Amino acid sequence: MSQSRMLKILPWIVTPSLVVLIVVAWHVIVTTLNVNTFIFPPPAMVWDSLVTLLGEARTWEAVGVTVTEVLIGFSIAVVAGLIVGVVLGKVHWLELSLRPLIVISQVAPKVAFVPLFVIWFGFGLTSKVVLSALLAFFPVMLNVLLGVRSVEQGHREVMQSFNASRGQTFLQLEMRSLQPYLFAGMEVGIVLATIGAIVGEYLGGNDGLGNLVVSAMNSLDAARTFALIILLSLIGLVLYLIVNEAKRFFIPWHESVYGLRNTTG
Amino acid sequence: MLTPTIETSEAGTETPRLEIKGVGRDFHTKAGVTHAVSGIDLTIQRGEFVALIGRSGCGKTTLLRMIGGLLAPTAGTIEVDGKSLWRENNHVDSSAITKLGFVFQESNLFPWFSVLDNIALPLKLRGVGKKERRARAADLADLVGLSGFERSYPRELSGGMRQRAAIARALSTEPELLLMDEPFGALDALTRERMNLELQRIVLETTSTVVFVTHDIPEAVFLADRVVHMTPRPGRIRQILPADFPKPRAVDLQTTPEFNDIVRSLRHDLDEEE
Repeated sequence: MSQSRMLKILPWIVTPSLVVLIVVAWHVIVTTLNVNTFIFPPPAMVWDSLVTLLGEARTWEAVGVTVTEVLIGFSIAVVAGLIVGVVLGKVHWLELSLRPLIVISQVAPKVAFVPLFVIWFGFGLTSKVVLSALLAFFPVMLNVLLGVRSVEQGHREVMQSFNASRGQTFLQLEMRSLQPYLFAGMEVGIVLATIGAIVGEYLGGNDGLGNLVVSAMNSLDAARTFALIILLSLIGLVLYLIVNEAKRFFIPWHESVYGLRNTTG
Repeated sequence: MLTPTIETSEAGTETPRLEIKGVGRDFHTKAGVTHAVSGIDLTIQRGEFVALIGRSGCGKTTLLRMIGGLLAPTAGTIEVDGKSLWRENNHVDSSAITKLGFVFQESNLFPWFSVLDNIALPLKLRGVGKKERRARAADLADLVGLSGFERSYPRELSGGMRQRAAIARALSTEPELLLMDEPFGALDALTRERMNLELQRIVLETTSTVVFVTHDIPEAVFLADRVVHMTPRPGRIRQILPADFPKPRAVDLQTTPEFNDIVRSLRHDLDEEE
């Protein structure tokens, strides 16, 4: 078998093997050490809980709520991050004067604002969307900012030598060369948007998967909590893969996509 | 010795393609003022192929960038077809710059466009419709020997093929004057030789006027009608040598005594500098 084919199937062997190994180890440790199942349930109990969970209508309602929050929040973050990133990237004096504020708002623990968001926007969807958008905004905006600044000088000179207008240079060169940066920001952003929505649900309101986690915890149902975490991870994975697939579709020419396609098959 | 011997080709009845008068460029740095280029006078007729040659730092690229509308001169005038290229406030006259095509040292193709879309980019910028610019780009791809690679991305091409695409892109607007800044400098010797033959063919087919910067003496003599030898600090024209060999020229030309006399004389003069 050629090396590239080996590389291609490698993850399909290693990942399931590792998952099986972890589950087996989990089972062995929990049963041999005789851990209280209330504290650390064995995999079989978690599996049962997961099956029960997926059979409940309100689980799917909660999935719908959480995914809606994530998608709205993420979309706002991408649009706002793109606009603010481009403006700050192009208008140097504005970026310089706003830099301290940007740094402060970036390092501020935005999760701590949830109680305020609840006061301002209520217990419904909006407060979660706001947190989700806020968390995803910064990686998108900062990557776009970097992208606008990273246009190759040689490419600029090509546009200059063809007497391109500023608008043409923006559309044909700057907007295109920042795309890989935008997608890098989006890949981080979608993960943070999911975290934002769930944390928002933890702390306020009575909807969504985060809320189900809190009620499972309140009834000291560790198995159900585990099952919910698995469900949340799967949702996060699917959302991430959608963004990743969008990247492959929109920038097939970029190293991160092209290189992968041509070394692993 | 430093007095430049300036030859201008005989004034024809037509306006010259390019007329450079007293052009200079100073750079202001912390260390003071550097005169990168100074007192350049050069007239290039239609259909002429002129090579600029000299050591690194002789200002040949700086001069080419000024002719190409990329760098404003601090002295003198540059006229393309009798029209001044540089206007006040270091602005470029758009009717003059649209007559130019520039080929850079690096191909500078846009990685997000296919070869065809890269070649068609200048036409797109001029508002030529999609169908027409694609057809013209396909013809140009054929001209530079890239048929079959129209849909490839630049990263899938070799260095030589990328430069072919860059040449096609520069030719897409049918420029009156083609400016080339060491376009084959990054290629290996064999590819370079082949590209020189190809360039000659393309230039003859399109009857272009060319200013070609290189530091390779045989390359300059092989391609050019006139070789302009520049010396550094400040960048000036030292001499202009004619290379009147009939065209098209074959690789064999490089083994003839006449060819080697010019090469040897240029090499001798270049070695004399310091």
